[in-house]
Amino acid sequence: MTDLFRIGGRELRSRLLLGTGKFPSHDVMKKAVEASGADIVTVALRRVDATSATDNILDFIPQKCVLMTNTSGARNADEAVRIARLARASGAGDWVKIEVIRDNKYLLPENLETLKATEILVKEGFIVLPYMSPDLSMARRMADAGAAAVMPLGAPIGSNRGLRTRELVGIMVREIKVPVIVDAGLGSPSQACECLEMGCAAVLVNTAVAIAEDPVQMAAAFREAVIAGRRACLAGLPVRGQVANASSPLTGFLRNE
Amino acid sequence: MSFYDTLQQYKDFFSANAFRDVTAAEVRRAVLDDDPRSERLFALLSPAAADQIELMAQRAHEITLRQFGRVIQLYTPMYLSNFCENQCEYCGFNATNRLPRRTMTLEEVEREAAYIASTGLEHILILTGDARKRAPVSYIRDAVQVLRKHFSSISVEVYALTEAEYAELAAEGVDGLTIYQETYDEAVYDRVHRSGPKKDFRFRLEAPERAARSGMRSVNIGALLGLSDWRVEAFRLGLHARYLQDTFPDVEVGASVPRLRPHEGDFRGDEKISDRDFVQIILAMRLFLPRLGLTLSTRESSELREHLVPLGITKMSAGSTTEVGGHTLATKTDRSAPQFRIADERDVEAIKAMLAAKGYQPVLKDWMPI
Repeated sequence: MTDLFRIGGRELRSRLLLGTGKFPSHDVMKKAVEASGADIVTVALRRVDATSATDNILDFIPQKCVLMTNTSGARNADEAVRIARLARASGAGDWVKIEVIRDNKYLLPENLETLKATEILVKEGFIVLPYMSPDLSMARRMADAGAAAVMPLGAPIGSNRGLRTRELVGIMVREIKVPVIVDAGLGSPSQACECLEMGCAAVLVNTAVAIAEDPVQMAAAFREAVIAGRRACLAGLPVRGQVANASSPLTGFLRNE
Repeated sequence: MSFYDTLQQYKDFFSANAFRDVTAAEVRRAVLDDDPRSERLFALLSPAAADQIELMAQRAHEITLRQFGRVIQLYTPMYLSNFCENQCEYCGFNATNRLPRRTMTLEEVEREAAYIASTGLEHILILTGDARKRAPVSYIRDAVQVLRKHFSSISVEVYALTEAEYAELAAEGVDGLTIYQETYDEAVYDRVHRSGPKKDFRFRLEAPERAARSGMRSVNIGALLGLSDWRVEAFRLGLHARYLQDTFPDVEVGASVPRLRPHEGDFRGDEKISDRDFVQIILAMRLFLPRLGLTLSTRESSELREHLVPLGITKMSAGSTTEVGGHTLATKTDRSAPQFRIADERDVEAIKAMLAAKGYQPVLKDWMPI
């Protein structure tokens, strides 16, 4: 079954995107990325130490992966834009996950500043994937501004609570024309599977893999869950029915004539 | 309203809520809850909580993993000057102590910086004593310009500044402030700070707020354990951290709980804080404020530092010296007396190896000038 999806002019096989923070070592991260089959990995520019001969995280990203820098640490659109430009200038490419957070307690995104940064960076030729709180109007504006995908959160970063925003994300999946990728909050493969089953284009996972007892096995598990979820979505999930009810209290008055 | 007002509101809190009255059931609820009510912190710091320290540790470990992952950020302090006008009873830099004093020249700062950078560290914390004439803000600014060439993040731990001065440093590239209140008990504060600019309790207490308003990205606060009842101090420190998180949501707030260490002079403090007490404080802070940064310095022994890695610590110093120019100034006589004696003398490579062996990633760079 070939089921590609496109972002930013690239055809991608894997519907699992992986974050690279929180891992016990760069080596483990690299093995987890390989086991996940991810085509896109995201790296915080703040963590990239290009001067280091041994600890440069970029040296541990498999060649076949698209590197998507994220703007972690940005507190407003201006800082996000500057981080994206720094990334591009350092040779990290044009893919950027915009992350603007003004809330250090819950790490919830700032949608308005994220939209502003999206508008600016799209015009500068970046392939922009904004991380956002699920909100239909905002997602429409981001897509209209040229976002390559929108990335609503399932639950707060690192919470492992799953798709708590299901209703809102479901509406976005139906209405938004660009891919909807659930980013943040997914704590187990079954939760990732659920996202794909309901029609999300992909998921982005980090904490659940990075802090697992065995991150490599967990990455492989997410890979399989995402494949299963996507296949179920394409197969057409049967409607979840209640137990059949023999009598027809509302239409019993209709007689065959 | 500043935190000073909040502190006043809690003045009578302790007579009504003695720590010893906290029950085991209250502790259990406090460990398993996740709201930031002050009663919860109170319970976590109680003697009854000490009986459930393993439960606290397991929850703290789980929260820390989810929030911060298997990583520890490394930094090192750099003492620019040890001139000081203060008479703080607990400090080696006390103005009345007769010891070699110096302020590094910018050339010396350059040499020291190059050495520290060669160990791979990217985050530096610069310190001075409290002597505006010997190490004025203009000097700190000049030093920051030198350091910018070597480090991706620069924090300051200097005498309390005005908001305009913090803004000046922030514009120069300083992204974090560390300033410890030492004690939140105003009477004890007045007693142990015999004279000098630091005697102004409120000016120091409100320094983190001024820094947060000035555009600094992170502020780290702390209480020097040993000056007064540790439960009360840790409780007020937690309230201070919560206040800063609530008031400045876009600032990363961190805390430290340094214990008194041997130093020049003979002050030893009134309170002994055991390792068990110390661990309880770290765990209570983590459970109370899951996103709080927690810094552990080389004041603590290597063994204790290793055990604390999974329990809530997010930042550690490595390869530390508390002497001015401690790494590169040629001879012992060119150097100066240390502020306090460090307990963990391992270099950066040894700390990195220790973290790796525990399954933790040492993070040397976690910011950059933008």
